[in-house]
Amino acid sequence: MSVAMREAFGKKVAELGKTNDRIVVLDADVSSSTKSGLFGNEFPERFFNVGVAEANMVGVAAGLATAGLHPIVNAFSIFLALKATDQIRNVFCYNKLPLVIAGAYGGLSDSYDGASHQSITDIAIMRALPEMEVIVPCDAQMAESALEYALTQNKPVYIRLNRNAVPDVGLPFDAAQKKGVVVKEGSDVTLAANGITLSATLEAAQILEGKGIKAEVLAMPFVKPFDVQTLKASVEKTGRLVSVEEHTVVGGFGSACLEALSTEAFNYSYRAVGVEDRFTETGGYDELLVTYGISGANIAAKAEELV
Amino acid sequence: MNPILQSLIENKPFTPLDATQLSALAANLRLEMFDVLHSRQTGHWGGASSAAELTTALYFNRMNVNPDNPRDEDRDRFILSKGHASMNLYTVLAHRGFFPVSDLPGFRTLGSHLQGHPSMNKTSGVDMSTGALGHGLSIGIGMALASQVNNRDYFTYVLSGEGCLDEGQTWEAMLSASKFKPRKLVYMIDYNGVQLDGTSNDIMPLDPLADKFHSFGWNVASSEFDGHDMNSILDSFAWIDSDDIWPKAVIYKTVKGKGVSFMEGKNTWHGAPIDDDSYSKGRVELLADIEKKEALL
Repeated sequence: MSVAMREAFGKKVAELGKTNDRIVVLDADVSSSTKSGLFGNEFPERFFNVGVAEANMVGVAAGLATAGLHPIVNAFSIFLALKATDQIRNVFCYNKLPLVIAGAYGGLSDSYDGASHQSITDIAIMRALPEMEVIVPCDAQMAESALEYALTQNKPVYIRLNRNAVPDVGLPFDAAQKKGVVVKEGSDVTLAANGITLSATLEAAQILEGKGIKAEVLAMPFVKPFDVQTLKASVEKTGRLVSVEEHTVVGGFGSACLEALSTEAFNYSYRAVGVEDRFTETGGYDELLVTYGISGANIAAKAEELV
Repeated sequence: MNPILQSLIENKPFTPLDATQLSALAANLRLEMFDVLHSRQTGHWGGASSAAELTTALYFNRMNVNPDNPRDEDRDRFILSKGHASMNLYTVLAHRGFFPVSDLPGFRTLGSHLQGHPSMNKTSGVDMSTGALGHGLSIGIGMALASQVNNRDYFTYVLSGEGCLDEGQTWEAMLSASKFKPRKLVYMIDYNGVQLDGTSNDIMPLDPLADKFHSFGWNVASSEFDGHDMNSILDSFAWIDSDDIWPKAVIYKTVKGKGVSFMEGKNTWHGAPIDDDSYSKGRVELLADIEKKEALL
């Protein structure tokens, strides 16, 4: 287990603040949860806690962005995606202003707080916005790379972060390449994993291995822009695809995979792993992931249906 | 345009106009808005007209802007939070030299840089895209805070109507403005009392508005200014400069659809196309107003 993604991200923001004086950080009264307070302690003159007011936070960030600054807005991902969508779309995306949207407590990771706090529609919302980029890191190191990359962009970038310590996969990853990573090679089925679902997907590959099925595992943090080449090369070879995401199966990463392959000439069979079109519930994080199908066993079972 | 006014607004370096000159100019610009809105059969007359004197006074008397360098980092900023009054802003910016006046008839046509609502990356001089109501104050706070982070010294003006004040975001921004106290942030209310669906008293009462600003910790002008009287507007500017307590709010009493008697105060003229008959009758009134004000030049 590595350090929690939010902890690593918060530390990185504070570290980058030392050399990048364009960074300004805003938070909506959750800076001790998002860890943006680490930056706030070091650079109080560049830190703005706006209270529980995500829409205003993003608006204030826009004003700062017009004057050459690079805002990082922090709040729970569900509230950024739902309460500040208008400001993100009509002010940041439309005007192509620089912004890092640090969506904390992504997916089911705010597990005990229940359905009101679990963010399973954020990716669908964010990826529908023109000029937006959407990155879902699989571990702390990838989140840091995503942050460094996002700060080089003169446009909004959404980074979905996890509340908890998730397994440190330690992939060779440079977000600036905007590419997926082939984590394990195989020829029978492609397992495309978005974000922290990578570890469950690797478990699934092991289960399948035991049954003589060679799975190719892709880590696909970029939902937008989407790395068609990496996915295409794999699915063209295997003819089978399972997409895995910690999100509703409506409009998210799986949908992005299908859209990306829709113009390809080859045939393939497909299964989606993610939260079905329903509300989730309170529980321990690991048990919630299993309940909603994000487990090695379920991913392997879906893959087996295709073989 | 009257040749005296034309030479005044073309002066280089630009010299601020006085109240008499501003009044005559605003009357001319209002007519131009009316002409284009009629010819295009789309756009918002009511709120464009109610702010004609306010934006004219800002751009031709008050604001430090440079049409030759529209993104000058030290310029004063203006956000038309009531973005549907775009025809007003475009007319003022064109005559202030940001783009050719001959572009104005292209308002809201496909391919024109004059979008239905202001778009900062399409139209020179527009500091912020607006349209979805309620955004302006938050963004203005950010612009004003940026002047502090960047050690710059400029004013940020935000102009809102009642619609923006109905939006929850504005009240989030009101709260945060009194916390951060952004220097040189001026929130101007074009208080014409009429919204799309009816009077503000019927749709969503806002009075006592000044008291609300007070209770939110703002430095709000104790008197209500007349948003159609240039002397009153210049008095409000003097009040803005009277102390260093921020943020400041100024409420301007205005009339929706000002200048065309049968359109004044009518919510039906919020965004309705101007028909030919109303246009010919309205034009007579607007021309008479110009004549009256130009006689004083």
